[in-house]
Amino acid sequence: MRVGVAPGRPALGDLAHTATPSWRRPAVVAGVGVIALAVSLLAGIAFGSVSIPLGDTVAILAHRLLGWPVAVTWPASSETIILELRLPRVLMAMFAGGGLAVAGATMQGVLRNPLADPYVLGTASGAALGASLAVLVPIQLGVLGLGLTQLLAFIGAVVAVALVWRLSRASRLGSLTGLLLTGYAVGSLLAAGLAMAMVLSGAQLRQIVFFLLGSLATATWQQVAVAAPLITVGVAVLAWRARALDALMLGDETAAHLGLAVARERVILLACAALVTAAAVATCGLIGFVGLVVPHMVRLVVGPAARPLLPLAAIFGAAFLALADLLARLPGELPVGIVTAVIGAPFFLLILRHVRTGYEL
Amino acid sequence: MSELRLVDVGLAYGSRTALAGIDVTVAGGERVAVLGPNGAGKSSLLRCITGVLPVSRGMVLLDGTPLGELGRETIARRIAVVPQQVDLPFAIRVEEVVALGRIPHERAFRGPGARDREIVSEAIQRVGLDSFVGRDARELSLGERQLVLIAMAVAQQARLLLLDEPTVHLDLRHQVRVMDLLTDLNEREGLTILAVLHDLALAAHYFPRALLLDAGRLVADGGPAQVLAPDRVRATFGVDAAVWMGGARTGV
Repeated sequence: MRVGVAPGRPALGDLAHTATPSWRRPAVVAGVGVIALAVSLLAGIAFGSVSIPLGDTVAILAHRLLGWPVAVTWPASSETIILELRLPRVLMAMFAGGGLAVAGATMQGVLRNPLADPYVLGTASGAALGASLAVLVPIQLGVLGLGLTQLLAFIGAVVAVALVWRLSRASRLGSLTGLLLTGYAVGSLLAAGLAMAMVLSGAQLRQIVFFLLGSLATATWQQVAVAAPLITVGVAVLAWRARALDALMLGDETAAHLGLAVARERVILLACAALVTAAAVATCGLIGFVGLVVPHMVRLVVGPAARPLLPLAAIFGAAFLALADLLARLPGELPVGIVTAVIGAPFFLLILRHVRTGYEL
Repeated sequence: MSELRLVDVGLAYGSRTALAGIDVTVAGGERVAVLGPNGAGKSSLLRCITGVLPVSRGMVLLDGTPLGELGRETIARRIAVVPQQVDLPFAIRVEEVVALGRIPHERAFRGPGARDREIVSEAIQRVGLDSFVGRDARELSLGERQLVLIAMAVAQQARLLLLDEPTVHLDLRHQVRVMDLLTDLNEREGLTILAVLHDLALAAHYFPRALLLDAGRLVADGGPAQVLAPDRVRATFGVDAAVWMGGARTGV
């Protein structure tokens, strides 16, 4: 790098190492994240209400997934628990957590609002209303291994966002303010519908509450097979449009001056974030906190540029939700949304205390 | 070299005419101030030049090509715009803001390469922001932030630099610093500079050519002494004022 050296001050090349770590540190952070991901995967599979020796867990995985010739010394029930219950559950937690974190980072960036989360444009209330209707309607219906609850929750989330988008275009306010306020209004309306459904639900109220607090207890391979591709595609498109997210940080006009087709990019970004959120919410219920705070935690470390932010948010969101789910089921199936908040909020406050200037930790 | 031509450009917001009959040619390497009272159409003119606002009449030509035939990204590689102020939603380091100037040159999925990083470093040095590297851009003063935005535009490596009132919130020291920097970028690197300015004295002192807009029309185009003659200033701004043209160009 061709840089001059001022006396007593390191050259810019050195600054890139000390004060400008954003080009270097993401690799280190990603390494930490991958380790956390591996640990949460193994821990999530190894621990649970039925104790299975760690050696058996590893042997089962090696034998059944990797095809290694390991002598079978474990009971068949262990194999069922690990392969049919815990593995899909952990994977579902990872896809949902990673997806929600990426969707949250996207919403915060597109709306230029640090308080935004994946649910801000009506996905949560739409999904909740859809799920509660499914609980009320006495029809058993299954498509692709998904129940009516998941289907209606997914449709509710997608329709709610589409409605918010459509209505906001009639707003005479600035596009972002109009979008946020429309999201709030539509969300309130849907919440009223949800409240009505809860009143009418009688004995089934518990099921609705379960959905509202989020849970991975019912995760199956079929759900993973449906949700994971949706989340993966959405996240991949978002990562592909990373520079659009960066440019939008500067506002519409400056983004256009940087070569962005602003209106088109915003639709792409919001649609992908909504798709990812809908897939996660439909399968896991409303899990709060992950999509709001994981992006901020990652920003605090590597800065707001979308290229390191989105993949790192995916990794840490995945690890975080997998661990939160483990903590939720150890004491006997707490709703995971409670755990994400109880574990996550103090941790976030702790980090905030140590932020001195900007996002330097 | 970048050449900008506006042919009979008109712009209307509904029934209100913002610009009408603007004919201007700016040759590559020129330094031009755009002057006029509030609401004269100065910012609208800049927006038409970048294509963010499509013109209602006439056309804007960039190097002989109508703006409408160029994609946004192509335009962004030829025209860099320094916004008045940018409200950043997240904490962001100075060098990260400057790096955003590389966006029109980046490809999807591929992050900034070694060459991009070098260009960003050079832009930071060119604008004199070395000591601000690593700091949160939101914590800087308005003048310092303006310099960061100029560095971002420099990193964009466009031949035509547009600025919308780059000195409006700045103290005298930063005004002079920004103007000296623009003059230097123009004279040494041959960037074409078109700046909307409110301060007539600053325009007269630093710019060899000025455009005067009034109520959406171009009322004068030429050297500052001619454009800012007292009777013209009176007619356009409604005040009796003599713009001081003298004095050596000095830094503070």
